[in-house]
Amino acid sequence: MLYREAGDFKTSYASDNQTFPIRFDRAAYWVAIAAAFLVVPMVLGDYWANSIVIPFLIYVIAALGLNILIGYTGLLSLGTAAFMAVGAYATFKLTTAFPGMPIYIVFLLSGLVTSAVGVLFGLPSLKIKGFYLAVATLAAQFFLIWLFTRVEWFYNYSPTGQISMPERSMFGVIITGASASSTAVYFTCLIFTVAMAWLARNLTRGTMGRTWMAIRDMDIAAEIIGVNPLIAKLSSFAVSSFFVGVAGALTFGVYLGAAEAGEAFSINKSFLVLFMVIIGGLGSILGSFLGAAFLVVLPVLLKLMLVDGFGWPADLARHLEVMIIGALIIVVLIVEPHGMAALWRTIKEKLRLWPFPH
Amino acid sequence: MLDNTQDGYVTADGRQIGPVVLELKNITLRFGGVEAIKNISFDIRTGEIRAIIGPNGAGKSSMMNVISGFYVPQEGEIIYKGYKRAKMAPYQVARTGIARTFQNIALFEGMSVLDNIMTGRMNLMKSGFLSQAMWWGKASREEDEHREKVEKVIDFLEIQHIRKTPVARLPYGLKKRVELARALAAEPQILLLDEPMAGMNVEEKEDMSRFILDVNDEFGTTIVLIEHDMGVVMDLSDRVVVMDYGKKIGDGTPDEVRNNQDVIDAYLGVSHDE
Amino acid sequence: MSDTVLFALEAGLNGLTVGIMYSLVALGFVLIFKASGIFNFAQGVMALFAALTLVGFQTGQVPFSHLINAIFGAHVSDFGFTMPAFLAIILTVVVMVLLALLIERLVLKHLVNQEPIILFMATIGLAYFLEGLGDIMWGAEVKRLDVGIPQGMSSWVDETTYNLFGYGFYIDTLSLWALLIAAVLVTGLVVFSQYTKQGRALRAVADDHQAALSVGISLRFIWVLTWSIAGIVALVAGIMWGSKSGVQFSLSLIALKALPVLILGGFTSIPGAIVGGLLIGVGEKLFDFFMQPVIGGATENWFAYMLALVFLLFRPQGLFGERIIERV
Repeated sequence: MLYREAGDFKTSYASDNQTFPIRFDRAAYWVAIAAAFLVVPMVLGDYWANSIVIPFLIYVIAALGLNILIGYTGLLSLGTAAFMAVGAYATFKLTTAFPGMPIYIVFLLSGLVTSAVGVLFGLPSLKIKGFYLAVATLAAQFFLIWLFTRVEWFYNYSPTGQISMPERSMFGVIITGASASSTAVYFTCLIFTVAMAWLARNLTRGTMGRTWMAIRDMDIAAEIIGVNPLIAKLSSFAVSSFFVGVAGALTFGVYLGAAEAGEAFSINKSFLVLFMVIIGGLGSILGSFLGAAFLVVLPVLLKLMLVDGFGWPADLARHLEVMIIGALIIVVLIVEPHGMAALWRTIKEKLRLWPFPH
Repeated sequence: MLDNTQDGYVTADGRQIGPVVLELKNITLRFGGVEAIKNISFDIRTGEIRAIIGPNGAGKSSMMNVISGFYVPQEGEIIYKGYKRAKMAPYQVARTGIARTFQNIALFEGMSVLDNIMTGRMNLMKSGFLSQAMWWGKASREEDEHREKVEKVIDFLEIQHIRKTPVARLPYGLKKRVELARALAAEPQILLLDEPMAGMNVEEKEDMSRFILDVNDEFGTTIVLIEHDMGVVMDLSDRVVVMDYGKKIGDGTPDEVRNNQDVIDAYLGVSHDE
Repeated sequence: MSDTVLFALEAGLNGLTVGIMYSLVALGFVLIFKASGIFNFAQGVMALFAALTLVGFQTGQVPFSHLINAIFGAHVSDFGFTMPAFLAIILTVVVMVLLALLIERLVLKHLVNQEPIILFMATIGLAYFLEGLGDIMWGAEVKRLDVGIPQGMSSWVDETTYNLFGYGFYIDTLSLWALLIAAVLVTGLVVFSQYTKQGRALRAVADDHQAALSVGISLRFIWVLTWSIAGIVALVAGIMWGSKSGVQFSLSLIALKALPVLILGGFTSIPGAIVGGLLIGVGEKLFDFFMQPVIGGATENWFAYMLALVFLLFRPQGLFGERIIERV
């Protein structure tokens, strides 16, 4: 009986409402946070940082954002990558226009800019639903990317059409640019991911989250209890885009360092984030973490095994990966539409009773 | 008999009924060429249980939807608390203190019972976006205060045991009860119940009748209900409106309505093409 | 006539070729949507997969040769024969029918009562799966596809227009053939659905699922049937696009434009799919022609989607679709 809740009685509504009601979970959470801040940076090498840990942290933020839109509010978007691009280009424009602005503030402002653009493209959601909305978000995907590659102002008239991140530091530590250490990048991403996850949890546990879920489950009933659908949907777009924008800002600012909209933020990236949300678990914060982890690790694992291990050509491994991801999506939707997070819940319920099955 | 003065009347069982709270005046509702409601007027008084009855297709549900703002009538006006109601979206109507349930249950299937009922208090919760994002100050305090109120509703309707169950897993009868709980949690002045007992067995009907009477009694909530089961309607309600083919054919106490010739004809199926 | 008008007319006519392509993919969508209420995102990838398979048969490729070589260290690539086009097409049709059967068996059957949005996401998964499968089976390099449709400038159009306007239009003969084949295909579908037993069953299901089931129509059979037909329509689209610009991944991306086509034409209307596709094909070429000097080129990337967006806001049921009325 390693995992148990017996004897863990709640005496107030506040303690019944907390994020991890079970003592064991609470402990595990704090251990994970401590390890992330204290242990991981000591052992993290450049290879693992760049191929797994940093992309994972950034994708968690994007997946949280998309999950708020799809999983919590039921609004399907296929334009995630374009909104990431908005965050990236906002970061570029802001840092080059205001060189003295603290870089963390730049990232947050980029999120807010994306928020505004998201609300704009979210307006059709007031009239249309489901895959109709998906088509509307495709418009965002293709139009925005076209804008960023065609209008020179966005990339400061650079002859390559690329944007590249200038060096910026905070508190004497170089955070962006080629000479930033992977530890600095790691901490930046970690701080943002933890803070954003905390925000997401807070927003989904209270009135706001219930408003979104009400719209998702039955919009007519939501109206009858006094939900203004306009505000509910647009706030979801705004919050979701904020998350996605910050993820885009970090992707460009600290991870890639240079980007070209058509390549770095193509529609495939939109699908990747969507798959993270589906596989991880629609409407689950934990799911966003699990989904991001899974889809960041899978290609690396396949490459290590097939290309480095068996000597397969890299493109063959890549095709196999696409096939596996596609099949996984279908299997997850058939077996457990709420993804890995729901699977995890089931395991916990089993564990709770272990070793006595009844 | 009824004492129809401005200030209300006293019911047979001795309850004091107050002045008119909602008045429908000459309401006509059309869908394309079809008239679903034809020039109907009636009023609802504070604290009473008012029933709308009639055969299938009489326009009862349409009437309910007019009151709750889903349909906007082409003609007529709605006077609420002494003022003519402007054209409103359903969510705005909800915010004026009118809550309702649906004939075919409209719960949020993906949420727990507790969360469903908490949504009922949405309009009473005031914490801002930032407070919620930080879960600091007002937001968390408010969550606890409202949880306490919701727990009272849960106790009242005897659904403590399913508090954290996802709604999708509940049987029909309990779902109906949760929907009532959600409407009650909003602390409405007027509660609209669209066939609260449809599809229930005798025992469940008895429970639901008891809850409706208790709600009216304890909170003084005005209740408007549509119901098919004549026995139930006549037992529960103080006054009854009878509709047939979109027209009002009777209005009065259960006894008056029972003895109304038009009503008897409508229910016995006398031919309409006289 | 002024030169600008002539050039615009020529650009618009060239848009027709692309438009037919959009129409055909949209047609596949509509068929499946009508029969099963499923919004099949994989329709475009099915066209790619069909074209890849056709080329594979024609050139006598060994399926999965890259995979076999990687696992067993072998060096197989092709059987050393070429297959006549018509035989390869028949074999590809068989493959598409088998694919429909498998999709029904392995995917649809298990998702019967799910919400539309879940089904939609499942077809996105299916699109990825098929894309990976196609590449692994036949290799990812750009392939030439030639089933004998004449190509190159149509001298007939050139001469006629020169005599009329004093300026010869450049129109690919392939476009004219595509137009003809699409017309034949649509006529065939109409005849099939009006005059055959299966066609009537199909229409019954499209009209009312429950009622069709209660008169003894097998839903599973209908699904396999529609997915097979959609697969064949995808093959036709794949042949045309492949003949024009080679079989490659961009095919599935171009097919994404069938989505805005559907919004224009309505999700349930076959004529809507055809007209919508042609409108968008011509519209985006003309828009680009006139707007290029003002806002820069490559507006084809987004024009269709933005147009769809405008439509969604002002006429959500499309040009031909039925108005959706929500009941409380």
